[in-house]
Amino acid sequence: MDPSRRAPRSAIDPVPKFRQVGFFTPGAPPERSQSGPPDPTHSPPVSDVSPSANSLSPVMIPPPRHLSDNLAIHARPTLASPLRAESLAAGGGGSSFGDFFPAPMSPATQASSSYSSRMAAGEGSFFDRHGVRGDKGNNNGKVASSFPRGGFDLTAMKKVSGGGGGGGSGAGVPASELTTVSVVNDSLAIHEKEKANRGGGSAVEAKDQSTGSKQQKPKTTKAERRALQESQRAAKAAAKAEGNKASGTATSANAKPAKAVKPTPKVDNAAVAASEKKGGDCPPEKDRKKDVPQPRMQYDDKSRVEKAKRRAMVKQTEARNRVELFRHLPQYEHGSQLPDLESKFFHLDPVHPTVYKVGLQYLSGDICGANARCIAMLQAFQEAIKDYRVPPEKTLVRDLTAKIGSYVSFLNECRPISISMGNAIRFLKSRIAKLPLTVSESEAKVSLQSDIERFISEKIILANKVIVKHAVTKIRDGDVLLTYGSSSAVEMILLHAHELGKQFRVVVVDSRPKLRGQILLRRLLEKGLNCEYTHINAVSYIMHEVTRVFLGASSVLSNGTVYSRVGTACVAMVAHEFRVPVIVCCEAYKFHERVQLDSICSNELGDPDIISNVRGREGVNYLDGWANVENLQLLNLIYDATPSDYVSMIVTDYGMVPPTSVPVIVREYGREQVWI
Amino acid sequence: MWWRSASFILDRQQNDEALRQDTSSTITPPPPTESSMAMGLATDHNPNNISAYYQTRAAHHAVVTSDWLAQAQAATTPHDPPQSTSAADPDKPFSVIDEFNNWRRLPDLAEAVAAIRALAAVIRSSQASTMMQLEIELKKASDSLKAWDTTSISLTAGCDLFMRYVTRTSALEYEDFNSAKSRLIERAEKFGEISHKARKIIAMLSQEFIFDGCTILVHGFSRVVFEVLKLAAQNKKLFRVFCTEGRPDRTGLRLSNELAKLDVPVKIVIDSAVAYTMDEVDMVFVGADGVVESGGIINMMGTYQIALVANSMNKPVYVAAESYKFARLYPLDQKDLAPALRPIDFGVPIPSKVEVERSARDYTPPQYLTLLFTDLGVLTPSVVSDELIQLYL
Repeated sequence: MDPSRRAPRSAIDPVPKFRQVGFFTPGAPPERSQSGPPDPTHSPPVSDVSPSANSLSPVMIPPPRHLSDNLAIHARPTLASPLRAESLAAGGGGSSFGDFFPAPMSPATQASSSYSSRMAAGEGSFFDRHGVRGDKGNNNGKVASSFPRGGFDLTAMKKVSGGGGGGGSGAGVPASELTTVSVVNDSLAIHEKEKANRGGGSAVEAKDQSTGSKQQKPKTTKAERRALQESQRAAKAAAKAEGNKASGTATSANAKPAKAVKPTPKVDNAAVAASEKKGGDCPPEKDRKKDVPQPRMQYDDKSRVEKAKRRAMVKQTEARNRVELFRHLPQYEHGSQLPDLESKFFHLDPVHPTVYKVGLQYLSGDICGANARCIAMLQAFQEAIKDYRVPPEKTLVRDLTAKIGSYVSFLNECRPISISMGNAIRFLKSRIAKLPLTVSESEAKVSLQSDIERFISEKIILANKVIVKHAVTKIRDGDVLLTYGSSSAVEMILLHAHELGKQFRVVVVDSRPKLRGQILLRRLLEKGLNCEYTHINAVSYIMHEVTRVFLGASSVLSNGTVYSRVGTACVAMVAHEFRVPVIVCCEAYKFHERVQLDSICSNELGDPDIISNVRGREGVNYLDGWANVENLQLLNLIYDATPSDYVSMIVTDYGMVPPTSVPVIVREYGREQVWI
Repeated sequence: MWWRSASFILDRQQNDEALRQDTSSTITPPPPTESSMAMGLATDHNPNNISAYYQTRAAHHAVVTSDWLAQAQAATTPHDPPQSTSAADPDKPFSVIDEFNNWRRLPDLAEAVAAIRALAAVIRSSQASTMMQLEIELKKASDSLKAWDTTSISLTAGCDLFMRYVTRTSALEYEDFNSAKSRLIERAEKFGEISHKARKIIAMLSQEFIFDGCTILVHGFSRVVFEVLKLAAQNKKLFRVFCTEGRPDRTGLRLSNELAKLDVPVKIVIDSAVAYTMDEVDMVFVGADGVVESGGIINMMGTYQIALVANSMNKPVYVAAESYKFARLYPLDQKDLAPALRPIDFGVPIPSKVEVERSARDYTPPQYLTLLFTDLGVLTPSVVSDELIQLYL
């Protein structure tokens, strides 16, 4: 489809269709390698940002926490003054700080305190990791791997600061403003040097800058510091262009210390530090941070849950009888959040009203279905971008990314985001990150809006049309088609086949508690299709007369596992046992490179109350008050994983492929998706 | 006995065409002249009950030998030999289907290659002056070829492959249109060699799988499989071959003849005795008409049941197929592809009320195949789809 992508292949001259293999052509360059690594002309941008694309694994993952909003959130609970809190909250985790909060101290002291506190914080958290969490194997490994860089960094700083009065020597000891200015300067210089070293090519320039500013330091004004930051940023950007090829291990090693420099919330002037960092060296750190895939949030990890809770907007109460096997997933009481959030609607919140609305719709279940949710989210983002103004002294790229990140985290609190939404967010973020620096604000906004528009139309709507076109060829006269739940793609296929005048019958299989099949059934009946409706309990009975099973999917993982509405695996298994072909219809934007073997490690839990009572039968109330029964746990799973063995074919916008070919599509087109 | 007479096929074609001469229309833009009508093959579609694909197979693989065919051809039609292209004949309008039919009469030429050669002839005779025009012309020609015989997989695959090549080789790479054109023609000429070379590669690759003292079950006559066995015999491997009879074309008989000439011990097994002999067999070797996207194959009728029997007895099933047989098809079951019909002679008259299953081929799903030997290497069935995605998307 895309000529630029195809170009390298057509360049292979004589026999493009045949690859010479084996001992016949020992001299010939094996064409096979063409498919493997991306060709060199394209690779730099790919290697540049694709790791960052990985950073967001879509399901059950806390939204990517960018340093800026992260810091604000961390700092918020520790702030004593309500004025500060308000200013931070109003800023949405990254707005003009100075406007709301005139600095109480002179610039010099501000600078000194911020730098020293950062240093202390860096050391503090480093030791904290080592000491407190050192017993955890995972963390330990990470720290160890990051040591070469971070270790050097810190020891160097320590040497200096140790001589000057031990500003940051003790683990977790908050730095005080007592630290002398000279020490700060020294440490600053080292910091700069260190940064310059990382910067690589433009090291000299950066060093010049740093030494220049060093002399001036005590009297730096805001403007000067701004200039310094700008130059650093420029140097870094230049260095990044050539430093791209740095190996993955190097980047990951870099990323860890960056994280370690996070200020601990205990530090009194953390807010100052945060604001300073936001403007100053947070962008490069953020960039590096993005290179490391975010570990998925495990909800049985107490400390992280605590942290996440503190910055959460939606007040969640933990469910009482949590299912033991699924403790790593969020299990909250249902029903309490909606009124709470609704009451907050008119409060001044950092979340855009459209996003807020979509979040509420997710929460109440008004929007469900992977495509509908994804489109709703993207359109809300479109609105939000339209109304977005770059705050003074911010750059659009960074601030907007943070903003989108906070929206995503809000939506995630309303309902865990799906894999398809994760892919869409990944796409949007990569588009934002790729915006050229020179482009004006309005142009950037227009281009982002049109990008979103294009994603919706190409990857979702057009893709659905192509899927329908392919799948309809598999429906013959006299077929009995079975479908489960309500999939938009399957619905379109059935309706289109009916329009083409094919004679077939549809069996709609449904399941409690959502009974989404009834919606599908109604729409099919309106168009005059022959339908049959049954619950999943009868699927083994009905299967023997079925000739094709059409299923939708929430996602297809790269081992061919189909991740879909709970019950799908059961239907597919029964169909396989009856030797009925199972056709899964899924747009390629829902493909994900993750591998999942079971439905446990990543899933979503619904409201357990729904399964405890039976609709329309008040008499069946044996489970009333189940929450008080200690030894009862109700499990309402939303998704399940269908092994690829039970799937005969996956229909995507790239044609009909066997489940074994999903990784090829992910590999060949996953990037294109991000890079459209 | 219809298969005894090669002229049967040609006669039949001519008769069929004569019958619907008035309804036929040529695919070529100029109005049909007398000579092209007399040729009788220039119809948009092939309305025979017998698929053209099957006729080619019958002509090439059945007991009918190529010299009989040549004789019959000489006797029945004053055809110009395939080598002289119709471009040399200015008063006759060019028809890609004629061209294709000329080419596919060559017994050693695969159908896909014939299609590619025919398309090359289109380029040669084309009056187009830009790449775009040429592409459109080619598209038309390949569509008419495909429509002429919808049952043949390798014909479709060959057309698709060539179109792919033309569209991928954009004119931008060449300084002018004429050099691009000659480049394409040259390329098409090469395809013949490629198909020959592919068989050699496959034969080499599969040698490691044939060990001394093994027993190989072969179904039907496949040029690739024959090449494999020939090379193994030349390499002084000690093995014996069971040939299925291959009713009703008796293709197995031809293969056993050829193998006997090479001094390979051969035993003929009737088609229904496959399960009976399977315990003696060490591996099953089959060719393929087409390799589909799931990694399964479409092959002569009976392959599926042999694969099922072999699978249930845990015997490996190897498929030898050139990569130009890879087709973008995804049959879900046996009835999911256009059947290629053929005549079946039972020796006794069949009452008209009795239906006869006349399909000439079946689909073997990938789970029953062990490995595919192709010129791309030895592949598992699941790799086929990966290759196809990279080829066509």
